[in-house]
Amino acid sequence: MNDAPPHGVTAARNPLLSLSSVVKRYDTVLAVAGVDLSVRDGEILTILGPSGSGKTTLLKMVAGFEQPDEGRIRLGERDITEATPASRGIGMVFQNYALFPHMAVAENVAFPLEMRRMGQAQIKERVARALALVGLAGYEKRYPRQLSGGQQQRVALARAVVFEPPILLLDEPFGALDRKLREQMQLEVKRLQRQLGITALFVTHDQEEALVLSDRIAVMNLGRVEQIGTPFEIYAQPVNRFVADFIGESNLYRGTVSAMAQDRLTAGIESGLTITAQTAAPRPVGSTVGIVVRPEAPRALGDCETADNVATGSVTEVVYLGDAIKYVVALDGGAEMTVRWPYRPSSEALPIGARLRLGWSADLVHVVGWD
Amino acid sequence: MIPVLRGEQGPVLVGLLPVAFLGLLFLLPVLRLFLLSVEGGTLAHFDRAVTSDLYLTVFIETFRIAAIVTCCSLLMAYPVAYVLSTASPRWVLIGLVFLMLPFWTSILVRTYAWMILLGRNGVLNQALLGAGMIDKPVALIFNTTGVVIGMVHVLLPYMVFPIYSAMLRVNRDLLLAAEGLGASGWSVFRRVFLPLTMPGVIAGTALVFILSLGFYITPALLGGGKVIMIAVLIEQQVRQFLEWGFAAALSCLLLVVAVLFYVLLNRLGRRETIA
Repeated sequence: MNDAPPHGVTAARNPLLSLSSVVKRYDTVLAVAGVDLSVRDGEILTILGPSGSGKTTLLKMVAGFEQPDEGRIRLGERDITEATPASRGIGMVFQNYALFPHMAVAENVAFPLEMRRMGQAQIKERVARALALVGLAGYEKRYPRQLSGGQQQRVALARAVVFEPPILLLDEPFGALDRKLREQMQLEVKRLQRQLGITALFVTHDQEEALVLSDRIAVMNLGRVEQIGTPFEIYAQPVNRFVADFIGESNLYRGTVSAMAQDRLTAGIESGLTITAQTAAPRPVGSTVGIVVRPEAPRALGDCETADNVATGSVTEVVYLGDAIKYVVALDGGAEMTVRWPYRPSSEALPIGARLRLGWSADLVHVVGWD
Repeated sequence: MIPVLRGEQGPVLVGLLPVAFLGLLFLLPVLRLFLLSVEGGTLAHFDRAVTSDLYLTVFIETFRIAAIVTCCSLLMAYPVAYVLSTASPRWVLIGLVFLMLPFWTSILVRTYAWMILLGRNGVLNQALLGAGMIDKPVALIFNTTGVVIGMVHVLLPYMVFPIYSAMLRVNRDLLLAAEGLGASGWSVFRRVFLPLTMPGVIAGTALVFILSLGFYITPALLGGGKVIMIAVLIEQQVRQFLEWGFAAALSCLLLVVAVLFYVLLNRLGRRETIA
């Protein structure tokens, strides 16, 4: 793990929600180990991390269901660290939606409005508008168990936004849906978020989902934020080994820096292969680094072609992914490299055992700290 | 030979034994009771039961006591069930043992124990007198109060268990969700927790109320002959007056009322669970 502060873009807009040095302990276990995080007005920020990384605990503290042991949480101008959940006025979509089973759809959506003692006429109008927004007009009288998973999710969304909260929290809301529906709901949430101009803090362990949904991603591990950045930054410029490994598929090699000239770093990896990378951050010769090569970076070279990095090997595994084909290539010297290329019906897939000359340029190699 | 239970016959055979058991030991006697009540082909016993002021008064008294007992049990059981449903496993175990204790002691022993505690010179009165909280002993026994205390003690577990199990089924996220949506503690309880635990409340109410209607030993001993419940009356008819037919008619009426009450609550309970 890296102790360096998380890299990220400096806040351009005012943060709507900000957490400073938030710590949460359970007995002796540090669930959240000092997190600083700002969510900007109008963005979708995803907290991405494996289970046990503290992401759900963090969300619960924002919602008010848990109290931080240290640190402050601010929402707009207001310090909400000790505020009750009811007084925070935050919308939340639970992992299993938490719809009230004894209330019909309209009653569920009306609940937060009734709690705010809104007039009946206004409640009716707002509920109708919220249900129309999620495409559930006409479902007012149904009960949650009469709805499909996707529909329940929509009701939960409508209920969470109907009182126009400044921020919407989503706790792994797509986990229970099948893949197709999940993708559909992800796009729908994004559309809804834009349409309402609402700020959203979203928690997931699914990196693909995070890439699809987020304006920015905060990668969490062992109670700390490892990196905050746009999906592109997180994917292309991971700050450390954990992020490189966790986001997307990557070939990650342990290497020793053998030369550092201007922005070119050359490192020998364990199997004798030498990889050259373009990097802005110089590293001392002899230091151990992580070398990241994304599977889409290498291409197959013709006999006369050359590249910054060249390696030969033979295909040991072929995985057909529909729109792409993934090859596992045993490089001469012992290292293994996974490559993924778009699939074209015109070209035939390579068979197992086929020889390949792979080449990739130095600017497609990313260097991270090893420890 | 061990019967081989296979295919569709399996469940039928397995179900047959308890059905036969119930039929033989419950339905048959009930039928016999009914036949006794209309013996001679007349409804004279029923006529006497419903027209006489005495029996009507006793019936009403029985319902009144059953209702009081049910209400008291509910008021005590709901918080107990709630504490149990949120307690740690160790405390749940301790709580359940305390709840089950009355089940493990004979009803006679329990009732006499109450007499010692609640009597004119009983432990409770002595303590209250000693503390100067009262000047003369309070009548806690041989009246409705005594009967209700004794009955609630016996019946409390029947109310606690259905409510406790309903509470365990409530998804705690729903309470958090309600709170997050702006509900106060009271609103969370009234709008979410209470409705979701209603099926348990209804089941417990039905159990306790119906069981109360037929209570005999507790009202007989703690009522001291001043609180007459219908079961006491039926017993008198059989043992003192040898009026089997009339006793059977009263029993049938009690059974019908109990069944009606059960059907009513059951329907209410079903509506609760659907809604």
